[in-house]
Amino acid sequence: MSVSGDTSIIISGIIAESAPLLFAATGEYTAERAGTMNISITAMMLAGTYSGIAFATLAGNLVVGLVAGVAAGLLVAAIHANFSHRLAANTFVVGLTLDALVLGVTDYFSTAFKPGAAKFTPVSVPLLSRIPALGTSLFEQPWPLYLLFLIVPAVWWIVQRTTWGLEVRACGENPGAADATGIRVNVRRRQALYLCGVLSGLGGAFLSLCIVGTFNFDMTAGVGFVVIAAVIFGGWTLRGAVLGALLFGSMSAMGLVLPALGASVNPQLLLALPYLAALLAMVFLAKSHRAPRALAQPFSRGVS
Amino acid sequence: MSPLATSPPVSGTGEGAAHDLLPSPKVETARMVGLYVVSVGVALGVIAVLVLAVGHAPGSVFTALYQGSVATPGALGRTLDDTIPVILVALGTLVAVRAGMFNIGQTGQLVFGAVCAAFIALKVHGPGPLVLILALVCGLAGGAVWAGLAALLYAWRRINVVISTLLLTYVATQVLDYLVSSQRFLEEPSSSPIGALPQSAILPANVDLPHPGAYPSFGVSLGIVIALVIFGAFAVLMARSPWGMRLRMVGANPTAARRFGIRVAAVAGGALVISGALAGLAGSIMLTGEVYRITGGFANTFGNDGLLAALVCRDRPGWLLPVSFVFGVIRSGGNYFLSTGVPDYLALVLRGLLVLALVFPPVYLERREWARRLKAARVLVLRGSRAVAEKGSVS
Repeated sequence: MSVSGDTSIIISGIIAESAPLLFAATGEYTAERAGTMNISITAMMLAGTYSGIAFATLAGNLVVGLVAGVAAGLLVAAIHANFSHRLAANTFVVGLTLDALVLGVTDYFSTAFKPGAAKFTPVSVPLLSRIPALGTSLFEQPWPLYLLFLIVPAVWWIVQRTTWGLEVRACGENPGAADATGIRVNVRRRQALYLCGVLSGLGGAFLSLCIVGTFNFDMTAGVGFVVIAAVIFGGWTLRGAVLGALLFGSMSAMGLVLPALGASVNPQLLLALPYLAALLAMVFLAKSHRAPRALAQPFSRGVS
Repeated sequence: MSPLATSPPVSGTGEGAAHDLLPSPKVETARMVGLYVVSVGVALGVIAVLVLAVGHAPGSVFTALYQGSVATPGALGRTLDDTIPVILVALGTLVAVRAGMFNIGQTGQLVFGAVCAAFIALKVHGPGPLVLILALVCGLAGGAVWAGLAALLYAWRRINVVISTLLLTYVATQVLDYLVSSQRFLEEPSSSPIGALPQSAILPANVDLPHPGAYPSFGVSLGIVIALVIFGAFAVLMARSPWGMRLRMVGANPTAARRFGIRVAAVAGGALVISGALAGLAGSIMLTGEVYRITGGFANTFGNDGLLAALVCRDRPGWLLPVSFVFGVIRSGGNYFLSTGVPDYLALVLRGLLVLALVFPPVYLERREWARRLKAARVLVLRGSRAVAEKGSVS
């Protein structure tokens, strides 16, 4: 095998492993900045994978599948948001329950209606895809991948540069003060969670429609927690979260590629690395890696 | 994060106001019970519809649940076996939550405790009961160490316990996976069939926790006694001892607790370590009393069940035993589903819907109650300002 063939395989692997993480990490970043430690992200992504491929095969249209994946993620987010930020149910109870519930529900539906295979075909970007060694792997990908180049800067701009974003961040740092200035804390937290649901659902649909092409039982197992680790690793900045998602995506790609290239690597260590990296980042970069102060703390008016 | 139920009503109001602002306890209880009936009913209704849609009789799922969990003495024994770890994990979680420490890494602590217990049970040779006790103690210590890591990170770098316990859980799972798939440590020495998941050897029979009775007739492991004794001890300690008082003070207001001379970090960290220790003990009781060998999937969501049980009855610790039992019923009943032809993933759906149904009524009533109080307070303020306006301006 040629060297350029190897790099091309490796880069394709990294993209395949990182892209779903990137979509979801962008959403999780928004939710965590608003103060929700969203552990139902696995559920959102899993709902997106099934709904995406089921509707794509039903309608015979891949874009319908993508939209359905987004809708499914949004539905899970709506349940979570209304349970924990309208009623003050504990966010971990709701998150863990949704993870198990959606696992059961997707299993139920995939038995009742087994979705077929559906996959986006790669689109080659003119000129760029002809770059030697890198071209085919970077610029001959299914088009939803390029949505990332739109979504990530857009989310950064929304969270960092708009009034809405400022209010969302205020809710994550000091909900009491935010409330006193007239920001409706739970409304903002719900909205941030909806955005997270949309992006995670899209990430899930991307996983089933652009990478795997079918639905497998529990196909997002563990992915959601890698996304959370990426946001923590990134110190709750979008740049860091993207970097974390790329890094952890590359690690799991290496786990698949290295054995094929004849190198041996401890699979358990590779799977544990994202969590260790996130912990170490928090320990050694304590100054820059400060969690939103009100992360995972519920807010109710009249109680502090 | 003080629970709403114990917060005082809006203060600074007159006598009539207090009457307006306080709910009547009888009406509240009736409403709560009614709401529970409705929400559990809705959850069961959804399940019935789902079962119907795949062509089974809607009653079959409830029959299976009943038969698999409490209908026969043997099934009841299994249910109790499945309840033990839930009780212990939930109890630890309640202790930590009392002190304001949100431990969500029970699975990791349970797994690490079980790993330590498995090492002792498989590698130490000696008189059975002695090895068993050593294994249980090491399991307890292992859980404590795993939670202690989070406590240390909190004390050293103020790392949010929610984050560190969550991350450490996935590290523990991989540690377990590594140990059971490597011959040098826990993997069964005899060659297992290719493609089978790696597992440890079965524990020697003399280090098993005594388990009077076996499946077809009633039987439950000695772990139930351990769990109930520990539960009783903690119930008394938390309600009556100075330590229980300190725990509550630290949880309610750490700043005030510090002013009172309480070593907040020690109390809170201690509560976290206790929580981990109980999860580790739960893991080692599962290992020596029910499963008898450790595998990669050993935790089997028992840690999460305990966490959920604790958070469902967070404001009403007295409910801990019945709620844990419900989790045991769902698990043993759910395991029975397949043998009656009901798809087993419905057990997951059932568990999820039931938890949401149990969570909904109190939070819904709390929200309504606060909305009512705020409205009543607003009316009082308006009335007061009108009275001031009628009297003329205040000098």
